[in-house]
Amino acid sequence: MSFYFAQFLTGLSSASSLFLVACGLSLIFGVTRVVNFAHGSFYMLGAYVAYALVQFVPGSILGFWGSVLAAALIVALVGVLVEMLILKRIYNAPELYQLVATFGVVLLMQDAILFIFGGEDQFGPRAPGLDGVVRIFGEPIPEYDLLLIALGPIVLGAMWLLLNRTRWGILVRAATLDREMVASLGVNQSWLFTTVFFLGSFLAGLGGALQVPRVSVNLLMDLSIIAEAFVVVVIGGMGSIPGAFIAALLIGELNAFGVLVLPQATIVLAFVVMAVVLVIRPYGLLGKAETLAHSAGQIELPIRPASTLAKSVAGLLLAGLVIMPFVTGEFAIVLATDVLIFALFAASLHFIMSNGGMVSFGHAAYFGLGAYGAAFVIKYAGGSMEMALLAAPLMAAAGALIFGWFCVRLSGVYMAMLTLAAAQIVWSTAFQWQDLTGGDDGLLGIWPSEWAKSKTAYYYLALVLCGGGILAMRRMIFSPFGYTLRGGRDNPNRTESIGINLRQHQWAAFVVAGMFAGIAGGVYVFSKGSIFPDEAAIPRSVDALVMVLLGGVQTLSGPVVGAGVFRLLEDEISRLDYWRAILGAIIIAIVVIAPEGIAGFVKKIAVKAGFERNEEQAS
Amino acid sequence: MKILKYMAGCVLAAGVALTAIAAQAAEPIRIGEINSYSRLPAFLDPYKKGWELALEEVNAAGGIKGRPLEIIDRDDGGKPGNAVTIAEEMVSKEKVTLLTGTFLSNIGLAVTDFAKQNKVFFLAAEPLADAIVWKSGNRYTFRLRPSTTMQAAMLAKEAAKTGAKKWATVAPNYAYGKEAVAAFKKELTKLVPDAEFVEEQWPTVFKIDAGPVVRAVEAAKPDGIFNVTFGGDLAQFVREGNLRGTFENRTVVSLLSGEPEYLEPLKGEAPRGWIVTGYPQGAVDTPEHKAFFDAYMKKWGEAPKLGSIVGYNVIASLAALLNKADAYDTETLVDTMKGLEVMSPSGKFVFRAQDHQSTMGAWVGKTDVKDGAGVMVDWFYADGADYQPSDEEVKAMRPAD
Repeated sequence: MSFYFAQFLTGLSSASSLFLVACGLSLIFGVTRVVNFAHGSFYMLGAYVAYALVQFVPGSILGFWGSVLAAALIVALVGVLVEMLILKRIYNAPELYQLVATFGVVLLMQDAILFIFGGEDQFGPRAPGLDGVVRIFGEPIPEYDLLLIALGPIVLGAMWLLLNRTRWGILVRAATLDREMVASLGVNQSWLFTTVFFLGSFLAGLGGALQVPRVSVNLLMDLSIIAEAFVVVVIGGMGSIPGAFIAALLIGELNAFGVLVLPQATIVLAFVVMAVVLVIRPYGLLGKAETLAHSAGQIELPIRPASTLAKSVAGLLLAGLVIMPFVTGEFAIVLATDVLIFALFAASLHFIMSNGGMVSFGHAAYFGLGAYGAAFVIKYAGGSMEMALLAAPLMAAAGALIFGWFCVRLSGVYMAMLTLAAAQIVWSTAFQWQDLTGGDDGLLGIWPSEWAKSKTAYYYLALVLCGGGILAMRRMIFSPFGYTLRGGRDNPNRTESIGINLRQHQWAAFVVAGMFAGIAGGVYVFSKGSIFPDEAAIPRSVDALVMVLLGGVQTLSGPVVGAGVFRLLEDEISRLDYWRAILGAIIIAIVVIAPEGIAGFVKKIAVKAGFERNEEQAS
Repeated sequence: MKILKYMAGCVLAAGVALTAIAAQAAEPIRIGEINSYSRLPAFLDPYKKGWELALEEVNAAGGIKGRPLEIIDRDDGGKPGNAVTIAEEMVSKEKVTLLTGTFLSNIGLAVTDFAKQNKVFFLAAEPLADAIVWKSGNRYTFRLRPSTTMQAAMLAKEAAKTGAKKWATVAPNYAYGKEAVAAFKKELTKLVPDAEFVEEQWPTVFKIDAGPVVRAVEAAKPDGIFNVTFGGDLAQFVREGNLRGTFENRTVVSLLSGEPEYLEPLKGEAPRGWIVTGYPQGAVDTPEHKAFFDAYMKKWGEAPKLGSIVGYNVIASLAALLNKADAYDTETLVDTMKGLEVMSPSGKFVFRAQDHQSTMGAWVGKTDVKDGAGVMVDWFYADGADYQPSDEEVKAMRPAD
């Protein structure tokens, strides 16, 4: 009994740590609608700064807590800087576009911290005065854990007072409910957003700083916390601080007891719980239905068939791709094959994002399923490459069929998070089911058939499959199916009232997107010869999102352009030291200069220069 | 006038001759090195410093048969797919003679398979997965660092001497952790047939929640604990365990924890009396190690870590190979590598012909704290040759070339 109580307390202290990070994230999302990937980086920065400061005041209680607070303040200022220099410029960009900027910040921060603090793990001192254990029912409980347990409710209380008893808090709550209304009542939104970022980043920094006595400070902290923090925010309901608290308790205790019952499953437990919660309560435990923004930025222009100019450019590009193997070296073909694969992958995400208005944070699931489907055919069925490439889209579509059924019941960020949960389930299955997937050691020896073995032959195969896939999706976009999807995206009520079963259409779109992502995965696995769970993991999903958003959501050529730019940039820049910082800076620069994405930007220039019709005038 | 012309002719001829020689001498032997530098700087920074030192020494001594050795190193960002693309580029565009590098097992395996498919020589430097030389082994791949099973066997032998019977295991929940636990169980039960494994903990890699793990281990009341966690997970595990007295009066056996990469960050809180594999740095006093240690200290101003030795040994192995081989085509290189003897700071080792694993060993000892820092004491060098499976076992595990 006493053992379980001790376990319960351990869970509570983890929950408190998680809550600190999650409530800042929730606050920022609630008010600014920014899905802030950089929140984990702020957390990591807080830990590093606190670690560095504590070195100056060894063993002093006042010094320790002073360092923690100072670290949180420094992080808060960095957060404000990021908000003012980058995010402020792109609040009017299409939904989620800020996400790409925060991804740039993540890359930048990783290398900045590596540069300043070095690559080695740093193990901070224990908290002075709290470095022992207390016996509770005979079980030793670390004193510092007890402090953390107390700190959770204290911060919750402070937040409650701040939000309910101050004018600023009232404005924040009002903005969470309806930010356009707040703005039209004359509240200075710009100032409000900055202060919210200050507080949110402060909490992230505080959460990180408080971890110094518990864990080693290392460069993987950012990504390891961010996914879990998102889970907590979503389970609690985006923008709800008490919800985040309850969710943190749930996840903390789940991990504490899960490790006793089902140690193998702890990797995915939190995501399964999130999926269940979202299926039962679509807006999280204490969340409210997303308020429809009165004007979601600019109204999207109708998609039109390509102009003659655009068609000729595309034709030239295609011709260039066809003759490429005759004019370039072998490696250029290998790289081009990569780009083709990612172009199809990004295009499949774009298909549901742009047409269906359904954002997926877990599109890598279908890429991975396709790749594994193909690999299984080779490994276990003794099949050929041709059969495997047929199995890839089938397996991915089957996955999309199952997950999609749940996902299309939600919308907006909640749906995105459910897709993320689905992807995590796929990833952890691949990671854990060692007998089938080889676990982290992956499946090897999946190479093309004899005829497609040469790099050139395989390049043409990839060109046919990926190029064909992109064109097929483009065709669908201009079919009645595509129009229906866009109708549902722009006005679900009207679409349903004219007798269209929107959910079924969305489900179908989800499956189509999954299927094409599966083809990309299948082509990918044969170009690399091996497959590992990483291909279904969060970074791969983020890659796809970044490619789509970088290229431009509202432009049909966007994902292709985005995939090409992203992959080639990565290949070229990764030759340099601190390349992630450079890549991050370039991404941020693109985002700030071209908030409509690269392809959108080019289109705008073309319209200005008179090469393209201005669609507003035309309509 | 005539003499002037003559002199001019001489200068010209000498110039041409010199250029020709220079051109030949400048034709370097290129080696492609792929690693996850940006993902794991803590491990790969010392590794890179190690091979840079060795490279400098090789070239200062006149290179390989008069040709300088050149390394083209690239960062794969920790992604296996990227590593394969880079391998393609190195082979087709950079025209490297052979490939080496990799740290993460999955990337090591991806390149292993690439080497097999494209018939390219590959020396896997750091990855530990057994599969690289056994299940997925192939003619074109060799591996330098002692594998998971070799190191687990070293520890099992020491664990057997302690008399502990009831064991708990703590290992990260993925291929490496599972492989290590399986190998340790197998080796220990060979030596102690009545050994019992009463508790298994599988924390998520890099996301351990150490409190519950420690509690669960303690609840099983084992005599001994076999630990495979590393890095930040290890730090947390040690801190929680120290706090709760979990390690008191218990035998703890821990894989890799004596490596400075893992031991140093723990500082004064490093565990005492754990039986570990690792690297005692300056304490190793063989002449070949002293020379390496001093040269490294001189060049980089810090003590080498285990990665530094691995990095150095990569170049030492490849220099030995290239010096011995008559030709640099892949097949000749592979044939020369089989049974190749290499002199290194860690002593002499051989690349086994039967499974392409080097017999480079590891230092086995106990952890202790001296002057506020974790160190290894009572250590000895366990020669990798003594911890190998029999040839029949290898044959059963490894596909024929």
